[in-house]
Amino acid sequence: MASITLEGLKKTYSGDVHAVKGIDLQIEDGEFVVLVGPSGCGKSTLLRMVAGLETITEGTLKIGDRVVNKLEPAERDIAMVFQNYALYPHMTVYNNLAYGLKNRGFNKEDIEKRVRIAAKMLEIEEFLERKPRKLSGGQRQRVAMGRALVRDPAAFLFDEPLSNLDAKLRVQMRVEIKQLQRRLKTTSLYVTHDQLEAMTLGDRLVVLNAGQIEQVGTPMDIYARPASMFVAGFIGSPAMNMLPVDYLNEQGANGLLDNLPDGTDVVGIRPDDMHLTPPTAPHLIVDSTLALFEAAGAESHLYVTLADSDQPTVIRVSGQPPVAEGETLRFFVTRDALHPFNSATGKRTGD
Amino acid sequence: MVENRPWANLIAHIVLISGVALVVFPVYVAIIASTHSLSGLLQGTLPLLPGGHGIENYTRMWQSGVSNAGAPPAALMLWNSFIMAMAITVGKLSISLLSAFAIVYFRFRFRMFFFWVIFVTLMLPVEVRIIPTFKVVADLKMLNSFAGLSIPLIASATATFLFRQFFMTIPEEMLEAARVDGAGPLKFFKDILMPLSVTNIAALFVIMFIYGWNQYLWPLIITTDPDYYTIVMGIQRMTSEENPQWQLVMAAVVMAALPPVLVILFMQRLFVKGLTETEK
Amino acid sequence: MQTKRMTYPGRFLPYALLAPQVIVTLIFFIWPAGQALYQSLLREDAFGLRSTFVGLENFARLFRDGSYVNSLSVTVVFAVGTTLLSMTVALLLASTVNRMIRSRSTYTTLLVWPYAIAPALAGVLWWFIFNPSIGIVPYMLEMVGYQWNHRNSGSDAMLLVIFAAAWKQISYNFLFFLAGLQSIPQSLIEAASIDGASPTKRFWTIIFPLLTPTTFFLLVVNVVYAMFDTFAIIHATTAGGPAQATNILVYKVYADGFVGLNLGSSAAQSVILMVIVVALTMIQFRFIERRVNY
Repeated sequence: MASITLEGLKKTYSGDVHAVKGIDLQIEDGEFVVLVGPSGCGKSTLLRMVAGLETITEGTLKIGDRVVNKLEPAERDIAMVFQNYALYPHMTVYNNLAYGLKNRGFNKEDIEKRVRIAAKMLEIEEFLERKPRKLSGGQRQRVAMGRALVRDPAAFLFDEPLSNLDAKLRVQMRVEIKQLQRRLKTTSLYVTHDQLEAMTLGDRLVVLNAGQIEQVGTPMDIYARPASMFVAGFIGSPAMNMLPVDYLNEQGANGLLDNLPDGTDVVGIRPDDMHLTPPTAPHLIVDSTLALFEAAGAESHLYVTLADSDQPTVIRVSGQPPVAEGETLRFFVTRDALHPFNSATGKRTGD
Repeated sequence: MVENRPWANLIAHIVLISGVALVVFPVYVAIIASTHSLSGLLQGTLPLLPGGHGIENYTRMWQSGVSNAGAPPAALMLWNSFIMAMAITVGKLSISLLSAFAIVYFRFRFRMFFFWVIFVTLMLPVEVRIIPTFKVVADLKMLNSFAGLSIPLIASATATFLFRQFFMTIPEEMLEAARVDGAGPLKFFKDILMPLSVTNIAALFVIMFIYGWNQYLWPLIITTDPDYYTIVMGIQRMTSEENPQWQLVMAAVVMAALPPVLVILFMQRLFVKGLTETEK
Repeated sequence: MQTKRMTYPGRFLPYALLAPQVIVTLIFFIWPAGQALYQSLLREDAFGLRSTFVGLENFARLFRDGSYVNSLSVTVVFAVGTTLLSMTVALLLASTVNRMIRSRSTYTTLLVWPYAIAPALAGVLWWFIFNPSIGIVPYMLEMVGYQWNHRNSGSDAMLLVIFAAAWKQISYNFLFFLAGLQSIPQSLIEAASIDGASPTKRFWTIIFPLLTPTTFFLLVVNVVYAMFDTFAIIHATTAGGPAQATNILVYKVYADGFVGLNLGSSAAQSVILMVIVVALTMIQFRFIERRVNY
């Protein structure tokens, strides 16, 4: 087990395509870090650089105290779980797990022991003699995990491992990965584009955009204080609403917006911070028309059109309020629910 | 689809049965002819029912051939054909697998140049450049040898292309997983790539075997020693006589056709795959 | 040209892997082809002792030579005849087989095996059944008043080699047509029949146009086959005769070079054939590329 250190890591393709633009990151021993961002943000490239599947254009990568920039994937003491599992179709599950150990010259008994332990942990013992094509999606996923597990590597690298599973299985496997990692305490780097997966799995999240780090922090930190409009829009679902300060002032803010940090011209409001009944604390009042009502069971999403604006806005409320589409809707927002941003820089103001 | 036209089905069967008859007829005639005596064949018109000299004709062809026509025993010629076909097939498959592996899984200088060198072989059938190729083989002292029969024919752009095509369809992660698992290039080739290519290799094996077995012009010009005659070219020696012994010729034809036909019939699925997926 | 996203690093290994194929290709393909090119510009004296550089004279002579021009036209007739006959029969059989359900695989098996027969054997088989003295077909033709004799009649000989060449190629064309037909979505044919198209109409308005890629591909392949792979058929039967009536180009290269020992002329003919093969291969590649982009 080991820490992973990224210093000024860059990846440039064919001259001037900058996929990763200088990443500094320290992953502690035993930590579970999730790289999250939209497709094309460079998160997979970054993971593959750590794995040794992509060359590093610039910067230094250390696993433990060892600089591994030039090492073969097999020499980095990492294990990887691929998005499409990449199980060897012509080998039995047992041989899939054993292949990496055989290549490393483990003796037969040792291999047998390790495979049995991993298989038991993942509850795939009964499939050991089967070929991958005879397995369901969830079972294949377990085998892919098993292949990483048997090696007892310094770090696990996960490349969107759950994205090929159906919704129900994805939740179940998510829980299992988390429990497994807690138990083994192996340093893990996990890539996903799913913000919910990121929030629930990671000790820390790294939000990436266009090859750069937008924000690093615990899931709750990032949710509570997004560092940029990008992070605010990416983490949390439905996404945070962005309203111009000028617009809110026009609607009558009662001086509530007067002491926002310098440079603030947009405020973000989470859909669940918009209330249909006036709170006791001082609050903003905004009028709107309900365009679409979405009942999702325990909660409802109200898509509204703001008065004098075409800004799309969503409100989340629990239960099912007695409102009808086309109806005028007034909602209330307290001062402490406002996230101040500058729209030119895209950054949070006042930090 | 519901299509209830009994007469249309009848016509379809008639068309197909005539098609099959057309395809089978020449071979049927050959089988019949190989069971008659020469005098029986020369009597007038060809008989359409089997005669009583079958065993005699085949035994004679198998054991002694037609020496005055320069045709050695069929057993020897069949064996030669088999060696040549196997050498060509195994040779083609091995060098094509290796070069396709290099082209797909490595990046190196002059890659495109080598690709084109291989590619041109697709365009130059042996018949077209027969004389200079003969001269090269003669200079290398490979006349009248199995090496001369097979090696000049084993370069195959077709097989290289097929394997390249197939390797490109193998998921990228297969190589990546193997590298994380500590497999170097040769280990990857042996443990992952070859097992994954088994079906393609088998399909191509069928096609290449038939290609090798059916070679005609090449063995004809580079063998003058009857010990190296192959069955397909040996038959030509027998028919170019003034008065061919047709009953023996036809027995040899049947024996020459049988191995590749059996290969197709028993491996029809692989054969169709090999043929239609290589696009020649 | 593509490689994998990730490749193995290699200074030495990739060259070693390519070596066997490249060496064989250089020795037995590139070098002889270069020799043919070189020879085609030379003329040897009668004793083969000295050769002089004559530029394109060998090519010019060829096109002034009546027997070469004859060979060209013979090749065209033979290639067109073989291609049309074989493809028509194969398409008829394939489209008929394709509408069968239970008997499809049986008929397919019965129709594919001639692929395995060597062209030389196909020639011998047809030579035998058309044999003017003992063959069965001339006997039947005689009953309807036709005197078949491919030993004297050029057109009979041409028909004979076309039959043999087309017969051998039916199974190949049949398999490709069948594969092409099976790749046409059943829903299109169902839509057409709901639109009231009769089976014949469906064939010409829906199926045949959708088969165009296959048909075009086979057209090129069959022409290549008829021009180059049929050497054995000619050699094992007519040997180019009678009176050069079946002396196709690829046979003439052999006859002039090996039998006639006219190396300069034979080499020039080789070069012309290579140009034709390259052109046909290019057409085929162009076309395959386009089909990939469908």
